[in-house]
Order: sequence, then C-alpha cells, then structure tokens
Amino acid sequence: MTRLELVILAPGPLTTVQDLGRPGLAALGVGASGAADRGSLRLANRLVGNVEGAAGLELTLGGLQVRVDGVGDGAGAGAAIVALTGAACPVTVGGRSVGMNGPVAVRSGEVIVVGVPTEGVRTYLAVRGGVAVPPVLGARSTDTLSGLGPEPVRVGSVLPIGSETTGFPVVDQAPVRRLAGDAVLRVVPGPRADWFDPDALRTLGADPYVVTAESNRIGVRLDGPELRRTESAELPPEGMVRGALQVPPSGRPVLLLADHPVTGGYPVIGVVADADVDRAGQLRPGDRVRFRVR
Amino acid sequence: MRFLNAGDRALLVELDVKTGAEAAEAAPEPARLYRALMRDKPAGALEFVPAARTVLVRFDPALTSSGLLAARIGEVARAMDDEAGAAGDAGDADVLEIPVRYDGEDLEDVARLAGLSVAEVVARHCAPVYTVAFCGFAPGFGYLTGLDDALWLPRRAVPRTRVPAGSVAIADRYAAVYPQASPGGWNLLGRTDIAVWDAGRQPPAMFVPGIRVRFVAATELPR
Repeated sequence: MTRLELVILAPGPLTTVQDLGRPGLAALGVGASGAADRGSLRLANRLVGNVEGAAGLELTLGGLQVRVDGVGDGAGAGAAIVALTGAACPVTVGGRSVGMNGPVAVRSGEVIVVGVPTEGVRTYLAVRGGVAVPPVLGARSTDTLSGLGPEPVRVGSVLPIGSETTGFPVVDQAPVRRLAGDAVLRVVPGPRADWFDPDALRTLGADPYVVTAESNRIGVRLDGPELRRTESAELPPEGMVRGALQVPPSGRPVLLLADHPVTGGYPVIGVVADADVDRAGQLRPGDRVRFRVR
Repeated sequence: MRFLNAGDRALLVELDVKTGAEAAEAAPEPARLYRALMRDKPAGALEFVPAARTVLVRFDPALTSSGLLAARIGEVARAMDDEAGAAGDAGDADVLEIPVRYDGEDLEDVARLAGLSVAEVVARHCAPVYTVAFCGFAPGFGYLTGLDDALWLPRRAVPRTRVPAGSVAIADRYAAVYPQASPGGWNLLGRTDIAVWDAGRQPPAMFVPGIRVRFVAATELPR
C-alpha cells in the first residue's frame, strides 16, 4: 500500500495548515483561527472530493513549491489529486501549466510550483484526503496569534495525506468571481457605534479605505478618514468577532480576521456581514475597500 | 441588561455591572450568566464569551434570531437571579487550590508600593477565594477577581519580553497565573507547578469562567 505525503521545497512568504478552525473555545481564551477565506478552502476541498472542513494549505502571496512523494511499498507509484482556489496564481505541475479551481492529478515525484497572485492574497491548496498533521484542540489550524496548532510550513516539512474524502471529484472547473476592483463589504453597525461621533458611520460608508502593509491573519489595518470617538472612557475588554471593525485611538479601523484576539479593549463601530468576511480575508496592501453600512 | 448587535451572527449582552470601588465586592456577573447559559443553552446559540461586563453570544441565524435569543437570555438571567436570591450561589464547596512558591521577582516592589511587608503581601494574596471572571490575552489565561484592594497596582511600566509559565501575578484588580511562557507586564509574586493549561488535556484550561480559586503558600511544592 502506498501512502502519499507532501514535501515542502519552498514555503513562500507564509504558508500554514488551515481547516475551518476551532470555534467554541473563546471562553477559555482560545480563538477560532481557521482559513481566512473559508469559502475558498471549502471549494478546494469539494473539488477534490474531501469533506469541506478537511485541512489544506493557506498560501500568503503564493511562492509555494511542494513535491508529492509516495512512501511504503510501491513508492514512486500513485498520484495525488490537488486543487488550488482563492487568489489566482500561475501554477505548474511537473513543468506543465495547470489551472486554478479544478482538480489536478500530481504523480508521485512531481513538483507543484505556485507563482505569485496578481489579485487577492491567499491561495488554498487542497489535496484529496486532506493534510493529516495531528490536530490540536480538534483542529488542524495554525493560530498565528497564540501559536496553537501546527507549526507554519518550512523547507523540508513533511505533511502526511489523510483519508477525509466523501466522494469523487465531479467538477472539472468551478466558476469563481474575480477579486478585482474595490472590495465592497456590508457592515452591521454596533456594538459600540454610540461611542463615536454621530457622523462616524456616514464617514465609514463614504470614501474608500486603503489596506496598509501592517495586515495579517489577525487583522487588516486600514488607512482613510478618521472615525472620531465622543466617548473617551476606557472600554473594559469584551468579546470580539471575526469581521469586527475595531477602532484604536488613531481613528483608523482594524478589520479583525481569523486569528483575532478573543477579547479586545477598543470599541467596535460595526461588524462586516459574515457573508463578506471571506472577501476581507483576500485584501492585500494597497487594495481599496468600500463599506456599505446597513 | 442591554443587547447590542455584534454583526449578523452575534449579540453582545451588556450587564449592569458595578464599576469603580464597588466592583471589588461585586460578583463577576458575566461569568455567572456564562455558567447559567451553558447549563440552559438557548436554541441556536453556538458560543458564549464572558468578559469584564459583557457576554458575547455567537449564534446560527438559520436556527434563531437576535430578538428570540435576547428574550431567552433575559429569561435565563432572571431565573439565575431568582435562584441566587433563594439559595445563594451554588458550588461554594469547589475551590481549586493552587500551591505557590512566593519568590517572584516583583514581590519586594509590590510590598514597597503597597506599603506592606512581603509576608503581609503573601497573606493578603492567599486570603481571598477568587473567581475566574473571564479568559483572554492567551489560551487559558484567566482574569481572577477578588484581589485584596491593598494589592491593586498598575502593570509594570516596561513589560517583560518573557514571563515563564506558571508565574503567579497581579495587575490592576486581577490575579492570574501565566498559562504558558509569554511576554507580559503583570507583577510577579511567585510560581506554581500546576499546569493551568495543557492543550493535550480535556478540558485544556483549569481556569474556566466561574471557577473559584485559592492560592496556598507552599515552601515545598508538591510533585
């Protein structure tokens, strides 16, 4: 019986193992973590016939090179099925160009080379069977804030492939929306909109904000019109959610992503609608964001 | 009690918690509501996150709405208050004892700033029964209320880049035990060998909101 594994030859700027995270433990100080763009990870898993929550790789600005190796009897035989979704990159397998958003066979010994995306920031690589590193607190997700979960992927990391399949790949290519243009994110006001100037919500929804370079899986730091506070008291720490627009004293919001702290002490003026949070996970420095306040 | 929207899948329940000097005696209301909600879970609620004066409730909008949930949470809170009034708070017997070797780097500074002797600091730190009000900052990091107000001191002006796991510390009106080595600005009183956090254990955290804790001075630690 041949087992397959992934051997990392180059991790790119940041590649982590991610599934849908470990929600439900925030009361113990444990964040949910998980894929920053959950929809893209789910799609990649469906394309290779996995359960949607199987673990895959989350690439930050591409740059990954990974070899599929067979181990055990008949090593060298066999093939893995992979699919790449999310931020579109040029991809080759064994030197042949392959497309995004569809299943691709990778023979044992072949190398997948992922280039750099021109739009979006995070690309997902799912492999049929899932990445089977040991789970931590029920999830195979690297939490970059707390350090819980698998170590970020390095040169020489060996990732076993599991058996979290649910069927066979049935779609050759999934249609996806491009990540071009200004991102438009719907916002539900609150819980602390009343800590701000009455015009602050209008300001938030008027001119676009720009994504700064100090953005990561914890949050997207934005630059743009100042959101003025009227309540000057210190906010005792309170629970935070993914998508929250937390406003530090600078008045420029930080949009919290997958690895956000479970509690925070800056007021949240509004929260991005859950359906738009995945789009926020694809924001790259320099991108413009428009908020549509409901 | 106020219900505030925190997006389209969460509700922030703000409790009428006393602030300032009165807060020392006040029961940690969010932790009480957290425990009541865990016992009597409203349909569609996914998770409860207590904090200083709020409980965040994440929910599945396919199963409930913020309005329905607010009504159910209100009922749970009223039932909790009736019970407390009738019978006093349950669980008085269960107090987790944490043995501490009081040799922390900041012990003498704390004594000087509080105008106490080192022995008095230790005695006052050991005297109360604390309650885990909420967790945050790091996995398993519990904020314990009940600290003697003579020991309410600000964080250190310059945080340490590394505080060892098991450090027993105080800051503002809270006591804590560092679950893992991490940077930190709290005043270090001592160390415990008890692992308050272990990701491989079920449950991983010893300090769950609502748990009651006492520190016990130990010159020789067990184990």
